[in-house]
Amino acid sequence: MSEGAIKKFMFVNRKAPYGTVYALEALETVLITAAFDQDVSLVFMDDGVFQLKKGQQTKGIETKNFSPTYRALDGYDIEKLYVEQESMEARGLTEDDLLVDVTVMSRADMGKLMEEMDVVLSC
Amino acid sequence: MLHIINKSPQERNSLDSCLRVTQSGAVLLIEDAVYAATRGNAAEAKLREAMGSLKVYALGPDLDARGMSDRLIDGVTAVDYAGFVDLVAEHPNCQSWL
Amino acid sequence: MATIEVNGKSYETDEEGYLVDLSTWNEEVGAYLATTEQVNMTEQHWEVINFLRDYYNEFQIAPAVRVLTKAIGKKLGADKGTSQYLYDLFPYGPAKQACKIAGLPKPTGCV
Repeated sequence: MSEGAIKKFMFVNRKAPYGTVYALEALETVLITAAFDQDVSLVFMDDGVFQLKKGQQTKGIETKNFSPTYRALDGYDIEKLYVEQESMEARGLTEDDLLVDVTVMSRADMGKLMEEMDVVLSC
Repeated sequence: MLHIINKSPQERNSLDSCLRVTQSGAVLLIEDAVYAATRGNAAEAKLREAMGSLKVYALGPDLDARGMSDRLIDGVTAVDYAGFVDLVAEHPNCQSWL
Repeated sequence: MATIEVNGKSYETDEEGYLVDLSTWNEEVGAYLATTEQVNMTEQHWEVINFLRDYYNEFQIAPAVRVLTKAIGKKLGADKGTSQYLYDLFPYGPAKQACKIAGLPKPTGCV
């Protein structure tokens, strides 16, 4: 990437954790992208909202619990986390159920935000 | 028959299809399907209705992993892996809805 | 897969020498891994190793160097939160060497 050219990247997370590997792979990609000093936004919509649910305990399924890593994003200067309100509500969740601070956004505003991006990766 | 569902109700229609054709027996929700058995999710009403004629189970370790064990819908029974095996053994046949 | 022997006990490592199961780590294992990296461990080294282990326990990842540097500065004082300080302690790279000694996996985004 050429120096000084900061692009607006958005990662759209739409999958629940553990059932498939998408959520974990996306998170690792985000952490790597952070090394390139780009403007990164994360969106959680549809089942992707479940990635941020508090209280995940994965001992029983013998899988790594990667939910604490979302709380490391702040240290990677990734501070723009958005959750689509309608997705959250359709899953019986509220902002208090989420393990990081997010901006809750209506689907209309989410669409506008996506329009402003240079690169959008959906996973 | 024991019906086993492993997909989220809001991502795939396997739970819908299963409930559409099934009149009796039991449904076991595992992996991402356990979200269907949690309070306030969009599939709750459908599942409650099905519970009039079907017994519904959800796999506890999958609920725990997703941080959802404290919001299980009343009437759904959480089972562990041994309970999973018992359910399979108790029913004459089973179907995994992929 | 490879194994290392410390005090008569064997521990599994990957082909680059990183401990496979971080829960098996103890200070003797850390000290042994340091010798394989030719690092003479001092109190300052252990301070960074312990910081890395705490970070991993909290976030379940090994931090990128930039993130480690910033976080160390915040926790242990600004004079220690520089890449110069960390490279003086771990000349072949704090991510590579310190993570290995701390028993952590190679950091994500270690490019």
